[in-house]
Amino acid sequence: MEADLSPHRLAIIGGGVMGTNIAALALGHGVPVVLVDVSDAALASARTTIREKLRHAQLMGSLPTGRRPGELVTSLSLGDAKDATTVVEAVTELPETKAKVLAEVSAAVRPGTTLISNTSCIPIDEMATSVARPDELVGVHFMNPAYLITMVEVIRGPRTSDATMESVTGLLAALGRQSLVVRDSPGFVINRLLHPLINVAATVVDEGVCSAEVVDGLLEGCLGHATGPLRTADLIGLDNLVDSLNVLYERTGDASCLPCAGLLDKVRAGHLGRKTGQGFYDYRKVAS
Amino acid sequence: MTADQTTAVTSLTADAIESALTEFLAEKIKAPVETGQDLFASGLVSSMFAMQLVVHLESTYDIAIIGPELKLDNFRTVAAMTGLVLRLRDAGDADDPGDDATA
Repeated sequence: MEADLSPHRLAIIGGGVMGTNIAALALGHGVPVVLVDVSDAALASARTTIREKLRHAQLMGSLPTGRRPGELVTSLSLGDAKDATTVVEAVTELPETKAKVLAEVSAAVRPGTTLISNTSCIPIDEMATSVARPDELVGVHFMNPAYLITMVEVIRGPRTSDATMESVTGLLAALGRQSLVVRDSPGFVINRLLHPLINVAATVVDEGVCSAEVVDGLLEGCLGHATGPLRTADLIGLDNLVDSLNVLYERTGDASCLPCAGLLDKVRAGHLGRKTGQGFYDYRKVAS
Repeated sequence: MTADQTTAVTSLTADAIESALTEFLAEKIKAPVETGQDLFASGLVSSMFAMQLVVHLESTYDIAIIGPELKLDNFRTVAAMTGLVLRLRDAGDADDPGDDATA
């Protein structure tokens, strides 16, 4: 029997869009994963999603060949993260939720366990106040889909230690990711730029200047974006986008981060993007 | 069944699959599609839609696209997808003991 060659054991807290993305990335690279969420239904759904994402990764040729996939264990208890070498927090983008989960996780794991937050916008040092050992917390902003996009944004908080940076670099190398490191600030670099762009793109559509297809067509055709801002918004999830915009607005005061009416309307209507089949586009009818 | 009949049935099936796939794609991507056109190189199909194509073929033609067959080249053109469906359906038929009267 082939031995488990990976020195990494990942625990992922939260089986939503990003939790399942990161799980598929890790499993496909031979890293075992314990996935924790709050209900059996959420875990069952996450298992199905991870299976689909692993197939998508294989289809796109984005997994290393000849590596045995890691084992997936699902759990309702944060305590089952205790043997992980790294824990990835990927829960809802609400500061109080993240603070609570990170506090519980850091109490459950051994000192020396790297804690990653996959937050979209919340400053790492803000969350570091909730954990037992702030030097072990680092931000890693995986893209969506995490198994297809090789670049990640790494956020070093003011209290993140050299040892934690070394550990996260080793993990990302094992996952075949490249990274660029930035200092801590609301939204870091990517979402500080991307989220207001999406919000303004949605405003332009609200105002009747043009359709979502035209906004995306222009940014794709003229500026070389791989997917336009509104297709990207649908991929992120519009509920997460609104939460992130609120986090950004509260911390920067930048009015372009106040979620526009059209975006809020879609969230109220339950049209959250690709994950619900409808957002700026209707995925039941078109390929986007 | 003679060899000629087999060819005729296969050919008819291939035509039917190609026709149905062309129609499906035209409706989804709002553009006409040629049988040999590279859907990915032309930018008509995204990596996300590629997975929808996998699921569509599996559910429509009752096949399982797994292992080495799950690769992008099999979905690059309508012709490649048609070939994949026929290959997997033939393999499925061969595996079906009901087809083998002497078993």
